[in-house]
Amino acid sequence: MKPRSKRLLLVAGAVALLVGAVALVLNAFQQNLVFFHTPTEVAEGKAPVGRAFRIGGMVETGSIRRAADGVTVQFAITDTAKVIPVSYKGSLPDLFSEGKGAVVQGTLGPDGQFQASEVLAKHDENYMPPEAQHAVDQAKKAAQTVAQ
Amino acid sequence: MMKEMKRPERGKSLFRFAAPQLFYPLAGALAPWFAGAAAVLTIIGLWLAFFVAPTDAQQGEVYRVIFIHVPAAWMSMFVYLIMAFWSAVGLVMNTRLSFMMARALAPTGAMFCVVALVTGALWGKPTWGAYWVWDARLTSQLLLLFLYFGFMALTEAIEDPRRADKAGAIIALVGAVNVPIIYFSVKWWNTLHQGASVSLTKAPSMAATMLAGMLVMALASWAYTIAVTLWRVRPLILERERHAEWVAAELDALEGRI
Repeated sequence: MKPRSKRLLLVAGAVALLVGAVALVLNAFQQNLVFFHTPTEVAEGKAPVGRAFRIGGMVETGSIRRAADGVTVQFAITDTAKVIPVSYKGSLPDLFSEGKGAVVQGTLGPDGQFQASEVLAKHDENYMPPEAQHAVDQAKKAAQTVAQ
Repeated sequence: MMKEMKRPERGKSLFRFAAPQLFYPLAGALAPWFAGAAAVLTIIGLWLAFFVAPTDAQQGEVYRVIFIHVPAAWMSMFVYLIMAFWSAVGLVMNTRLSFMMARALAPTGAMFCVVALVTGALWGKPTWGAYWVWDARLTSQLLLLFLYFGFMALTEAIEDPRRADKAGAIIALVGAVNVPIIYFSVKWWNTLHQGASVSLTKAPSMAATMLAGMLVMALASWAYTIAVTLWRVRPLILERERHAEWVAAELDALEGRI
């Protein structure tokens, strides 16, 4: 075997071993690598108890209620299967709205109410002009009407 | 050693440019063309980005940071892979120029990495509501920046160029594992960062003029990277090959011009 082929095998083998090791490590830490838990995971008791964590999902349509003090907001976060009620005091990001993605950080109370200390908006990877968005909304509405 | 002392053969094969002596003038001749292409493409790309591409329905005008952010992020990952490629070629084939290419690429990759992180923070504040979060995408991208810094620091710190090259090559190869992690992080784990809008496996989820602007900016980044890397590798070649006769002649000619 030429020394050149030997070195190629050596480098390729070392990289392959490394990739395998990293894959195993990432697999083992799978739970710690997620930025947020889904409402379903929380309902199943998979979320950490007694310390702050994050829940991610959609802000349920029609769920946003502003309290009389003007700073407290109540809303519900859902993954369409489970719903978690959230209470938050503070300012919300501009993109925060009903039917859109959001990630809330805080603690789950014994009453099942999530006390959020931070609310982040999560937007999707779709970019389109307002007219196109309007057309998409219209098409969705039409499809719903047909379905009904 | 015998092999290295031999004069580079002026055959037809493109591999003859692996000889520093032949690559030096080639790099000098090609770089201005790529720099010119980068300038023209950047002007077209920015024009598309700010005057042609429509406002986004969801985010308004702030989404326009995508035209810098995404090409920079792509480039930061891609440059690292090319660095790893040259490092592997250098280790296997024992070619000096490969290591010089890897070292010439590193600062540009690090620069794109910084641009991606900074523009991302500026984009995150108005949309997410935070400059920075420790999700898998952002954290692995930050790790990429540290890998670039590690590569540059290590190769600069070791005096003996051959040992410096080998040590750098190991960082480049080990760190390359991080690149697919960055790319697929948004698929593998829950992240605040959104998924890919453009990929090889599905139709792009953005308006055609937006996509055009982004791709032209990506091409501009490619041309820029090639130009500055060629310019950066030239003094590296002169420094490393300073004992060769042709370098002495080249330096004399340079002095004559000054």
